[in-house]
Amino acid sequence: MSPHNVRRVLVTGLGSFWGGRVAQALERDPNVEVIVGLDTEEPHVELERTEYVRVDANYSILAKIVRATRVDTIVHTFLIVDPTQMSQRAMHETNVIGTMNLFAAASAPDSTVRNVVVKSATAVYGCTPEDPTWFTEDTPPSRPLRRPVERSLDQVESYVRDFAEDNPHVVVSLLRFSNVIGTEIITPLTRALELPVVPSVWGFDPRFQFVHEDDVVRSILYVLRSNLSGVYNVAGDGLLPWTEVATLCGKLTFPLPPLGTSELLWPFKRAGVVDLPEEYLNLLRFGRGVDNRKLKSAGFGFRYTSAGAVQAFVEATRLRRTLGDHEPAYRYERDVEQFFRHSPAVVRDPG
Amino acid sequence: MPGDARPARSSKRSGTRPAATAARPPTKTRTPTKTRTRATQRAVVEAEQRSRSAELVHLPNAIDLDDDRPVEPPPRRGDVDEWGRSEHMREIARRVYDPVYRHWFRAEWEGLDKIPSEGGALLVSNHAAAIPSDAPVIMHGIETELNRPVYGLADYFFRHVPVVGTMWSRLGGLPAHPDNAYRLLREQGQLVLVFPEGTKGTSKLVGERYQLRRFGRGGFVEIAMRAGVPVIPIAVVGAEESMPIVARLPTIARSIGVPYLPITANMLAFGPLGAGIYFPAKFKLRVLDPVHFEVPADQERYSKSRVMDESERIRSMIQDALFDMVRRRRSVWFG
Repeated sequence: MSPHNVRRVLVTGLGSFWGGRVAQALERDPNVEVIVGLDTEEPHVELERTEYVRVDANYSILAKIVRATRVDTIVHTFLIVDPTQMSQRAMHETNVIGTMNLFAAASAPDSTVRNVVVKSATAVYGCTPEDPTWFTEDTPPSRPLRRPVERSLDQVESYVRDFAEDNPHVVVSLLRFSNVIGTEIITPLTRALELPVVPSVWGFDPRFQFVHEDDVVRSILYVLRSNLSGVYNVAGDGLLPWTEVATLCGKLTFPLPPLGTSELLWPFKRAGVVDLPEEYLNLLRFGRGVDNRKLKSAGFGFRYTSAGAVQAFVEATRLRRTLGDHEPAYRYERDVEQFFRHSPAVVRDPG
Repeated sequence: MPGDARPARSSKRSGTRPAATAARPPTKTRTPTKTRTRATQRAVVEAEQRSRSAELVHLPNAIDLDDDRPVEPPPRRGDVDEWGRSEHMREIARRVYDPVYRHWFRAEWEGLDKIPSEGGALLVSNHAAAIPSDAPVIMHGIETELNRPVYGLADYFFRHVPVVGTMWSRLGGLPAHPDNAYRLLREQGQLVLVFPEGTKGTSKLVGERYQLRRFGRGGFVEIAMRAGVPVIPIAVVGAEESMPIVARLPTIARSIGVPYLPITANMLAFGPLGAGIYFPAKFKLRVLDPVHFEVPADQERYSKSRVMDESERIRSMIQDALFDMVRRRRSVWFG
């Protein structure tokens, strides 16, 4: 069996939405023999056989872990793309310094790493009125990037490029995800869409693109399985005007004044009603579309279009509204299961 | 030695335990056998997993990864296309604008049959008037006469302005980015209208009318070559007189961030209302012979000298046609 068939995978950001999801999905793959997950906090999703390692935000001891576990695949999901999650400084530590250390560890002379997947975002294209309707993977941003998230992701991508150049034997893929929406994920956009009226910027009705959260996980696994290298946009088909997104959610838009928008929103942000950082206010003016044909021609099939992803979100919201935060019919009792798996007291081999 | 916590060091023997409790430092448990290869280890692991899974409850599937059937998207609630154009809005605009087109500007076409009824083509025209009146006339004319949509490329400045930017987009305008033009022309076979003079053309003073400015950097020729479509030059007479500029206020324009701030003859004649009212100049439009480049499409680069030559040739075609049309024109208002 070639070494690519059986994998030892390191997942960064296990406690984040994506890290947990990817690890869950990898656990179901019999060809993945080891999954090691790193994070500063415990995973929020239930995991069966993933080993969780608590590390500091910028992974300073990573080289040791990589050497010790001999992982051959790194899935780097721990990149912050939502500026409301943490301060600018913490985001810089996580995104830029974390990635730097990750690649330093992966490019050590005795490194066993052969596959790297990085989850970036289409925020690296920026958002300006000069933008083309569709960004391809090669289109540069129309203007120098200004916003902290965009700049830190851009630096991350430059580390990825350097790493790929210095280590031609490693298959490096960089996935840029569009606005993610779906049944579970919470982003500034989903919070805005759950308000009684949906905020918009007066006089603007930009076109939005979405990708469903399942397609995000599926695309990461697809890229891993088929050993794709290079940069890929991951986004659903089609662009929807923001008003149409609101209509799909059964809501009206509430126009904010186009001047002094963020100042006006400040008290609402303090009150915890709506938090739309500058990046999102820009999106609400000019929107952004990315071309997903490169990933499609590599054989990946999206399950959801932009409109389909929004529809899935709407349906999940309806369900939540009726049932509250519904719990699955079966509850996985982690402690008991862990006991069965690991306790020496359990007689494992009856035969 | 199950449970023996020891810092992992070597690779060959590590990682036989398929699972570990969450929130535990990176420790390794080892099997006593030293001679196992990775393959046999794996076989043991798998066998172990199988035998265990018989008794253990597994997590419910969060995502069904084997299901890759596309999910039926909901029906669209509007008709805004990927470029922001809405046929519904276009229809309303056509109804409102038609009297202006027919009775105010009394637009008259010549050689409209040179515009193909299908397939992509890049329409290139001279640009004039403080608020350009030529773009709506050309777009309306071709849409009503030929029943084909026209997408107009414009300065991105439009997109900054609330309402105006959105309206412009719904009515078929989009920012002049080479990628946009390429997609529309090459992949979608649409008609695309571009004014290579840009704001240099519309900010001309009244004394400079019908004297074409520089045609950009020839980008429009390169796009047409790459997309493999002809360029169709259109000469427009009348737009210059519909809203002539008598003076410009560059300092104020700079400070408020607009490309130019004109004082138009219309403002002098009608007062503040004149900012939005055109003079009823007679519009004449002449479609010139399509220019085919006979070069392969989709090339990485095209000869810059060839591009500049073609750009200059098209510019002089339009310039000559303009001189000819102005020479024959008896009256600005009656043609």
